[in-house]
Amino acid sequence: MTISLRINGTDRQIDADPSTPLIYILRNHLGLTGVKLGCGLEQCGACTVIADGATALSCVKTLGEFAGKDITTIEGLATHPVGAAVQKAFVAENAAQCGYCTPGMVSEATALLLRNANPTRAQTIEAMNTHLCRCGSHTRVLKAIERVAGGKVDA
Amino acid sequence: MPNGSLTKQPNLDQWLSIGADGRVLVRTGKVDIGQRISTALLLIAADELDVDPARIDIATVETGVAPDEGITSGSNSMEESGDAVRRATATARKHLLSLAAKQLDADENALEVIDGLIRARATNRSVSYWELAGGKPFAIPVDQSIKGKDPATFRHVGKPATARGMADLVTGNATYVHDMTMPGMLHARVIRPPHYHAKLKNLDDSKAAGLAIVRDGSFVAVAGVDEYAVVKAAERIAAAATWEMGKGLPDGDLFTSITANERISLPVIKGIPVKEPVPPLAQPPKDAAVTHAARYERPYNMHGTIGPSAAMAIFEHSKLTIWSHSQGIYILREAISEALDMPVDDIKIVHTIGAGCYGHNGADDVALDAALVARHHPGTPILLKWTRADEHGWEPYTTAMVMELQASVDKDGKVLAWSHESYGDTHNMRPRSTGNKSGAARLLATRYLSSPVPPPVAAPSMGHHVGIHRNQEPLYNFANQRLVKNLVRGLPLRTSAMRTLGAYANVFALESFIDELAEAAGLDAIEFRIRNLTDERAVTVVKAAAEALYKTPMPDGRGRGFGFARYKNQKTYCAVGIELSVTEAAEVKLHRCVIAADAGEIVDPDGTAAQMEGGVLQAASWTLYEEVKYDRDGVTSRDWDSYPILRFDNVPEIETILMARPGKPFLGAGEASSGPAAAAIANAIKDATGLRLRTLPFTPANIRKAAMDA
Ligand code: FES
Ligand code: FES
Repeated sequence: MTISLRINGTDRQIDADPSTPLIYILRNHLGLTGVKLGCGLEQCGACTVIADGATALSCVKTLGEFAGKDITTIEGLATHPVGAAVQKAFVAENAAQCGYCTPGMVSEATALLLRNANPTRAQTIEAMNTHLCRCGSHTRVLKAIERVAGGKVDA
Repeated sequence: MPNGSLTKQPNLDQWLSIGADGRVLVRTGKVDIGQRISTALLLIAADELDVDPARIDIATVETGVAPDEGITSGSNSMEESGDAVRRATATARKHLLSLAAKQLDADENALEVIDGLIRARATNRSVSYWELAGGKPFAIPVDQSIKGKDPATFRHVGKPATARGMADLVTGNATYVHDMTMPGMLHARVIRPPHYHAKLKNLDDSKAAGLAIVRDGSFVAVAGVDEYAVVKAAERIAAAATWEMGKGLPDGDLFTSITANERISLPVIKGIPVKEPVPPLAQPPKDAAVTHAARYERPYNMHGTIGPSAAMAIFEHSKLTIWSHSQGIYILREAISEALDMPVDDIKIVHTIGAGCYGHNGADDVALDAALVARHHPGTPILLKWTRADEHGWEPYTTAMVMELQASVDKDGKVLAWSHESYGDTHNMRPRSTGNKSGAARLLATRYLSSPVPPPVAAPSMGHHVGIHRNQEPLYNFANQRLVKNLVRGLPLRTSAMRTLGAYANVFALESFIDELAEAAGLDAIEFRIRNLTDERAVTVVKAAAEALYKTPMPDGRGRGFGFARYKNQKTYCAVGIELSVTEAAEVKLHRCVIAADAGEIVDPDGTAAQMEGGVLQAASWTLYEEVKYDRDGVTSRDWDSYPILRFDNVPEIETILMARPGKPFLGAGEASSGPAAAAIANAIKDATGLRLRTLPFTPANIRKAAMDA
């Protein structure tokens, strides 16, 4: 069965079982391996993508459920000024150690700043709270987001 | 002091090559696991060689090519590889300058180097590293006694740096083992028994729906082209498989078992166990004003990598290649050669990044799993990944521990007698072979094969500050120390090395007990510490953290606490201060954290700070939330709901103070802050609530229980 969706600005026809969780399509059919599988249980945030402007976990929800949506993965974020600014800020703050949680964090932070250019610390924490990081990069992630907050999109 | 890595690999060519294309390749045996060792090494090389860091590549760590520097563990990488690379690059520079002096007909002292271009000041003639040595072997040994540059001249070492590869991490461009792909590759998953001791009775092959099943005894895996089809097949096969459950896991009270089970007990003298009878606990000395005793408990914890372990393997023309995120590729190669009865030289292991591991997690086990499947499919690359439930349920945990302390203090606050006994299972089950398939025995799958290798029996680690007795010896100047390690038998879970080994639990106990003792003796806890420390660098760190912690007035309802240790009594000195509150619901809220550390000479200050901060946050997670749960039928902590960890909503503001010690030897830093953080939290809870917590983790349930018992 063929499912249509838009991924990182390109319209795609995906010929795959629509009951496949989106992450396997992204990683294995489209080579978008920046999207990470951490749990497959919607518990850690590693597989976060942006779908129609809001973040979505891609490890359980199926290809069929994403049909017709406009999806941005970590690979596509840099084309948006806010996404690019968030990535730059993460580099400036060295906001990753092993980096496995990072694509999910960067995607979440970008979606947050797109809907709220100047989030309070509490709002940032609320948005990031579903993301687990075992290396302890949290304080740097918060600083990176605060670098971009307030519309300073060139970070 | 000679560098062990250099003694083993004495030739400069084993560490460094200069390309004709203007690039520099640095080789190391230490792998980057997010701790930024490659960044530190390239900063060192850039300064010693006087080349731009952008010219330097750090070579992929693979067997047969990389220097064998053992395991990337124990906070040893800077002291071993950092020092080796410094001596190697300093040797190379000296050698290149002497070649240039001849060629340019100039005095060596009249030469200067700018980004690899050597220029004679007098004549302005120049020659580059790439012209002199490009593509050619040095064919000289590394000068073990060479001095590196004067720290005052450093342009990169000790300065803020962006970590190598950071841009790839934040854009999704970094390739982890999990992301590899090869033509004709099959994805694979393992179907594990319900618990360690179960044996496979029956398997319904039809559940694989045409995918390939590999079965060898109770080891079962499934492989196929489409990853999700493999995931579903593994679930179906697991659901339909039947197992001989056997006796199951021992499910008596854990902390009772730890001090009641059969054990090997050894006295520890100055941090080293000795094979002698354990001296009995003496009666308190006559001039003791206060004698105090307490028992502390730590449950099993897991490494809890965010990306479950994975490996790629291909078996072709009777040779095996494995891409692995193991911390010790040479020891893993030997263990796999034992497990598969293959010559070591027919196996190559290439380190490829994985998610942070924090010690011996599933990385080595999954490499053998992938190899076993690859051997059944010669010529086909196999990418085998553990699931979240596999990693949570099968990784080698860090052992539960019990610490019993007793001390006597005279009326002036002098410690007259000190006793610290630590109990637990092994911290040392990395797949290191000592012959007789002992390496293979430490890889999980071997015990389930049709010709199984029996699970290993741990021997007590006898080194200085290792395993159960790491950081048991106080750095304080206490008289009459009685230190005992107890390696306990018959405990339920598989254990091995996790960040800090026994140090986290021992420092938690020791530094909690210091506060208890100071209180019992009516002394200020910080003052009590300082009075009993003779090492000036320790005192400096304690004072710096205390000053930062207490410099501001404390809001109502909060408490402050403090903890200090020098990791292994020979690495980084670290003091941690915590300010927190405890809610009506008995939840601990962390507000502020100060860290003061002396890590010797610091190469990458931001990277060092990241290690200290990450260590505190991970330890805060262990301390507040974590406990591996199990019952007769197996481990029940199988996901992040049943094994919660720290989230953003409980991350304190962190202030990190690093002492500047240019020219001093490197002191490993990656594990220094964990133990002090745990004690600081315990002491701050006492300050906030009056409750002394001695059983980890400090969950609302454990806090309420302590309140009931108080
Ligand atoms: S992988 Fe999707 S939330 Fe963990
Ligand atoms: S940086 Fe390693 S898990 Fe977050």
